[in-house]
Amino acid sequence: MLELIGKGSKLTGEMGTKLTAVILGHDVKDHAKELVGYGAQKVIVVDNSQLKEFQVDTYLGALTQLTQQQKPELFLIGSTRRGKELAARLAARLKVGCVPDCLELKVDDQGRLVTERIVYGGNAIVTQVFRTKPQIATIPRRRFEKPEYKAESQGEIIDVTDISLEPPKAEIVEIKPIEVAETKIEEARVVIGGGRGLEKKEDFKILDELAKILGGQVGYTRPLAEDRKWFTEWVGLSGHAISPELYIACGISGVIQHVAGIRDSKIVVAINTDPEAPIMEMADYIVVGDLYEVIPAFSEALRKLLASA
Amino acid sequence: MVRILVCVKQAIDVSQLKVDSATRRLITVDAPKKISDFDKNALEEAIRIKEKLGGEVFTVTVGPEDAKTTLREALAMGADKAYSMSDPIFENSDTLATSYILAETIKKIGPFDLILCGEASIDSFSAQVGPRLAEQLAIPLITYARRLNLEGDAVTAERGLEDCSQTMKVKMPALVTVTKEINEPRIPSLMAIMKASKKEIVMWKAADLNVASGKVGENGSAVQVLDVLAPKMERKKIVIKGESAKETAEKLAKALVQEGVVGR
Repeated sequence: MLELIGKGSKLTGEMGTKLTAVILGHDVKDHAKELVGYGAQKVIVVDNSQLKEFQVDTYLGALTQLTQQQKPELFLIGSTRRGKELAARLAARLKVGCVPDCLELKVDDQGRLVTERIVYGGNAIVTQVFRTKPQIATIPRRRFEKPEYKAESQGEIIDVTDISLEPPKAEIVEIKPIEVAETKIEEARVVIGGGRGLEKKEDFKILDELAKILGGQVGYTRPLAEDRKWFTEWVGLSGHAISPELYIACGISGVIQHVAGIRDSKIVVAINTDPEAPIMEMADYIVVGDLYEVIPAFSEALRKLLASA
Repeated sequence: MVRILVCVKQAIDVSQLKVDSATRRLITVDAPKKISDFDKNALEEAIRIKEKLGGEVFTVTVGPEDAKTTLREALAMGADKAYSMSDPIFENSDTLATSYILAETIKKIGPFDLILCGEASIDSFSAQVGPRLAEQLAIPLITYARRLNLEGDAVTAERGLEDCSQTMKVKMPALVTVTKEINEPRIPSLMAIMKASKKEIVMWKAADLNVASGKVGENGSAVQVLDVLAPKMERKKIVIKGESAKETAEKLAKALVQEGVVGR
């Protein structure tokens, strides 16, 4: 997640400090130079065969020692499930605060690091500051900008070998890779969202068609994944949070948890038979109508319009 | 015989929360409260383990005095013993302080073979109390479990990560946080509710635990809340309407081209 370096560079500029990146793993030294190119002023490399696989217990022990040695002002970690567990446990070991899933991180006029995150199922944003250091925060994928690569960037690369690595308490019995969509939905410029208004899984082909024309991806709401078991992922607060240029909500009522996941979309279109659906309050363009009629007609209209352009 | 502890939180029912649109403040007074959803999954899982292997299910909450009602519900579902940690000095505890209070409670009523928590609470959703508690107790942890199995002195759990699903095995005592997918929590029968109403809920205050007052409540918290506000919703809300679906669709397509989000 290169956004960590992008956001980290901005914050260290505001804080008047330096950006250090940490790489743990095995045979990872080549990555250090790359991180310098992206803007890390210092890269700490812990290269050890015991770190070949991500074992949270072992990584946590190493990071705790590094943090105690380096005493950073702020430790940024990616908001994946692994990252969030790591961040919470690191904070517990150091007896400090941790703010997960930050939508915003900035230095205020008093020099404090101010964080913002979603709470109450999307109903509110809480603004918090830390009372302890290091300040630990996690950031969601794609929330902040990726840094530019500059081959001429200079930085210090430090190999750290005096770290004691503990064997993991947990044994990984089995790993089953899951099919991850080639392009992550977070990266899509256009997302077509389908909700309970779609009666059958096969009906998604009309959304697929629209997505194809717009060069976008199709997303789903949680009930389609959890209740109907049609899919394994969803868009929303507890799933993927997206910020495309265009989000088209088809047959989606717009419960607050879903809305929280699409809030940062530039333009939102809502297509729904119910004019009172909460999604209408959240949309730039509202079509009250049956998605089974509107979407094929919309695809056709776009096809003509794009062909003539 | 397994001794299981389930940590539950009385959370604001976020689906029923209202916002004052003028001030963007949440109306939390009288907002309905309930057991946080995933904590209910943790309870259900504990009760299923007890039904299968025998044992005892304890449940604990840290919160205001009325969080008792949450424990009543847990007892009705099938928990055997309930503990409420409630004291004015616990108010506004963050995850650091809350996990400390829980750890001190466990030192007094434990030890437990297995501690279960929900993956996160529905209101603050920070997913920290479980992992922090495991660290305080220095026991193994598995997060985001969607399947759980106890065998001998080991617990095996399957968890879904972004790129894979992992099956992890740890020795008990251990702490596991569970997701919604793990089970469908039961709805207690009227009989069970009535039986539960007679069970005792142990109400403890700070003085009953070995807690340092500087480590709980606002004083003991590492994160300070400055403000809680509803997000701004500024959308255009333009209704597109034509004589037919075809005309509506054409109008919509044109509008989106004008916005510059289509046709590049």
